[in-house]
Amino acid sequence: MLNTEIDTDTIPAVHLLYLCKKFGRHEVLTDINLKVVPGETVCLLGPSGSGKSTLLRCINFLETSDFGEIFLHGTRVAYGRSAGKKGLTEAELAKLRTRVSMVFQHFNLWPHMTVLGNIVEAPIHVQKRPRAQVIAEAEALLLKVGLLDKRDVYPSRLSGGQKQRVAIARALAMKSDVILFDEPTSSLDPELVGEVLSVIKQLAEDGMTMIIATHEMDFAREVASRVVFLDGGRVLESGEPKAFFRRPTTERARQFLERYVR
Amino acid sequence: MNLRFEVIWNQLPMFANGLWNTVWICVVGMLLSLMAGIILVLPLISRRRSLQLPAELFVDVGRAIPFLMLVYLVFYGLPSFGLVLDRWTTAIVCLVLYNTAYIAEILRSAWANIPRGQLEAGRAFGFTGMGLLRRITLPQIMIAAAPVLGNQLIQIIKDSAFLAIITVPELTHAARTVQANHFVPFESFIFAALMYWGLCLLIEAGIKQVEQVRAVYAKY
Repeated sequence: MLNTEIDTDTIPAVHLLYLCKKFGRHEVLTDINLKVVPGETVCLLGPSGSGKSTLLRCINFLETSDFGEIFLHGTRVAYGRSAGKKGLTEAELAKLRTRVSMVFQHFNLWPHMTVLGNIVEAPIHVQKRPRAQVIAEAEALLLKVGLLDKRDVYPSRLSGGQKQRVAIARALAMKSDVILFDEPTSSLDPELVGEVLSVIKQLAEDGMTMIIATHEMDFAREVASRVVFLDGGRVLESGEPKAFFRRPTTERARQFLERYVR
Repeated sequence: MNLRFEVIWNQLPMFANGLWNTVWICVVGMLLSLMAGIILVLPLISRRRSLQLPAELFVDVGRAIPFLMLVYLVFYGLPSFGLVLDRWTTAIVCLVLYNTAYIAEILRSAWANIPRGQLEAGRAFGFTGMGLLRRITLPQIMIAAAPVLGNQLIQIIKDSAFLAIITVPELTHAARTVQANHFVPFESFIFAALMYWGLCLLIEAGIKQVEQVRAVYAKY
């Protein structure tokens, strides 16, 4: 008899197999294998240009990977050559994207909408969820990121750190399976980094599934359940943050850490 | 020199009627041009060259023909092909044909200046096609373009003076008629010119308002 009870915790939220991506003839991602189970916080580390951003962008289909497979919550959504393009219409891709939300380096809030407007926009107009409920949830999220008082303010009036916290609330409002963070603190003034990282840390403690490309080594060491080290478009190391930071196995990672960690 | 402004006073209803016609023709012309411009900007910003080319051609031709020439062509030229339009229809058709080209180009350059990341965020959050356009792209294009569109409205009002030539009873036509009937050229034309100026001042005040509102969210 088939076991109909599937333990959802064992199904990876994101599973990549041999993912490859080229820009022209330049191979930016090569044979990426990555499994992220629900509740995990994976930090992608690596020098600039190592492919961290591209990898995140492939996972939510802003970039089309050229080869390999992408499984989201056990569903094979992209496969073979030009994974992502083949067989999937723009509308289907859009639907998939709502299951993987994204926090960008430059926030990318919509300047013509208030803070609340930014957060409820996609849940109401893309996911077609009931307005009143979405607004109530958005307010709860604003409270969580400490910006409920900025509810009706336009993004231009916010500091970088506040913008990024709104962007995080916007991503959370999608109730997606995974949130991807593309260097969420890299464009912030140093004194604003902390407020954003502490929100992300809180999410990690809540058990949110996250993949975070970051240069914040202390943060990765403290918050990540796993770190993945990329260099030249390949995964060179993947494992426990404590072990990785104490004793990286590859020479490249060692050099990288020497430059970043005092 | 003996100026007779009392004639203008007596002919005020004539001027008022002319002013009203100028205003509604221009407002209707602007609104229709705006709609047509929004439609025309879609092929302009599309990635498909086959859609882009005809739209670019339209914009190019539209901006190369003098407005008066367009009015002549439509009013006096089209009847050769059996298409006779009355002066009102000609007025609106010409204003729209002429300004759609400009407005589409204004919208296109506004679009080109939207930070790409915001449009990408739209896609990342599941918007596609019309939804992306309606909720994310178009509002930002309109906000960015608003002051330039206001200037275009001023341009339309000034161009509309040419419509006097095909006897549309707008403001310039009214001034010309009063001048011809009462031999008061300076009084009549300077009064009409002041009314045009007043109209433009109103629009400029409107643009200022829009810019203040815009400052709140256009800056990012």
